[in-house]
Amino acid sequence: MKKEKENTAIPETEEGTVLFNVPFPKDLKQLKSMSPIVTLQHYGINYIHSYGQDSPFFAGLANGRLLGTKCPSCGYVQVTPKLHCQECGSECEWVELPKEGRIHTFTVCYFGSEEFLKETPFMLVLVEFEGAKTLMLSRLIGVDPSQASIKLIGRKVKPKFRRNSKFKPTDVYFVLAE
Amino acid sequence: MRPVYMVSGGITKFAKARPEMTFQLMVKKAYDYALNDIGLTHREAVSAIDGTVASYFSDHFTRQLMAGIMVQDYLGLVPKPGHRVEGGGATGGICFQEGYKSVASGVMDVCLAFGFETMSHVNTWKGNEFIALASDVNFDYPVGGFYTGYYAMMVVRHMKEFGTKVEQMAMVSVKNHINAYHNPYAQKREQLTIKDVRSAPMVAWPITRLDVCVMSDGAAVALLASEEGVRKLEKISGTKLNPVRISGVGRGTDSMRMADRPHGKVILLPHESPNDYKHLDYPGIHSFRAGRMATKLAYEMAKIKDPRKDIDFVELHDAYTSSEIQTYEDMGLCKYGEGGKFVEAGNPFLPNIDYGLKLKKKGTIPVNPSGGLIACGHPVGATGLMQAVFAFWQIQHSIKKHFGNDMLQVKDAQRGAIHSHAGTGTYVTVSILEKA
Repeated sequence: MKKEKENTAIPETEEGTVLFNVPFPKDLKQLKSMSPIVTLQHYGINYIHSYGQDSPFFAGLANGRLLGTKCPSCGYVQVTPKLHCQECGSECEWVELPKEGRIHTFTVCYFGSEEFLKETPFMLVLVEFEGAKTLMLSRLIGVDPSQASIKLIGRKVKPKFRRNSKFKPTDVYFVLAE
Repeated sequence: MRPVYMVSGGITKFAKARPEMTFQLMVKKAYDYALNDIGLTHREAVSAIDGTVASYFSDHFTRQLMAGIMVQDYLGLVPKPGHRVEGGGATGGICFQEGYKSVASGVMDVCLAFGFETMSHVNTWKGNEFIALASDVNFDYPVGGFYTGYYAMMVVRHMKEFGTKVEQMAMVSVKNHINAYHNPYAQKREQLTIKDVRSAPMVAWPITRLDVCVMSDGAAVALLASEEGVRKLEKISGTKLNPVRISGVGRGTDSMRMADRPHGKVILLPHESPNDYKHLDYPGIHSFRAGRMATKLAYEMAKIKDPRKDIDFVELHDAYTSSEIQTYEDMGLCKYGEGGKFVEAGNPFLPNIDYGLKLKKKGTIPVNPSGGLIACGHPVGATGLMQAVFAFWQIQHSIKKHFGNDMLQVKDAQRGAIHSHAGTGTYVTVSILEKA
């Protein structure tokens, strides 16, 4: 196989020279063979985002409480909250989740989206809780990524909370409980 | 509903970047190929086509709303009816089925389904971010939004439940890359070994860079017609067509957040029994319930009782080697839990190709004979239509004509399935194509 060559090249970057004009042929027939003009354009915005009916979850995280929703009619517990029960459609109540869960599955991300690249390698985990059939996606902290093994599944984990809330689901993360 | 046929198809070669053309021209190239293949001129096509369905996934990648109409405009198909569909990675498969419905319902006699994606306009990491915005931006994306990470968690659970091995995943990569070696449309044509796949850089444990599809620019079209439409096209072009019938369409969905997936009972296919899955909590995150639902509906419509006997090949959505293994199971090519062993035994390989592997049962049902997404590329909106075109050519037995060689032609292909899949299995489509 061809060796992975990325490591032996200078990384590509997006900054460069600002170009104000390009050569232009006298003969218009030559235009079809010209290179495409590729320009760099900024693409960014501030966005006003509301968590709507899910806002209490984030208020909970800010106060060191991990909340899910529970259906008053069928008892179904949603670990990641939904105001309406996915089983029977009734409006749910907010409840506190157990103080401990178990690793249902996990991974170590060595690459990622641009926003999270600087945090790699990081571990993602899906946590299961006693009495709930759904799971919670979170970060697993404090485990050596090189120790990734299927043996981590089933290990007990507990939530920890950021002191300075950012009002994001990463205000909570999990560490091994034992 | 009345019978619907695919009568032609076209693909632009998928590539990392196609800066020399905009998305309109990219679709136009695929469209012209499809017209040329059945001897239709531009004006004849305009007179015959009743309308379109447009497929592209991400407004972020195009940074142009209403890109669908811009393509239809460029193809000269205004003021005919048209609309755009979107459903993540399954957008192309959904587009194919909406084209099918436009014809089956009697609304159109000839419908053009076209799709494209231009993913090269941002760097790979920003591209991962754009794609990850298809996960819940309140609860999933901010935790570390990255689809390879999500799929890695799913296959880790598959490994835990069923003992699936990373070498079995690597075999999928070897198979699809070596198949693509013979496919001139493919973006990556490489002869790999299991060791190559496992020693490639880790992306999200246990998925390596060679377990994942790449980002692409590309376009594909499928021309669909009723019986009247086929006759009309034959009359206009003066050419005898070689249509392929679309005998089944099925679609399934699942909760947006994979964490919300239930742990209940398996949805059974006709050749399975409840005893097969006494102790399996389903779908959890190890299996794609949407894929099973889509399969069940498509098989019912096409009267497929046992896919292992009734289907000659499958083109499925292998964005990850792991999801190809999981999809064998969803589509009933083997039982849940047996996907790893299914590939290890050699079932989804082509019988005539040397993969450098010792395989016991080589080629019982070839999967991704084209090379799949992993090797052909995955310009999202085009992908599901690309699969339709490859399946169409397989059933027409015209692979040699279009590829320049017949290494990938499935012998005596009579019926094939195509499968298109959106992020973590939220939307999945399965369509059945067969000899008319």
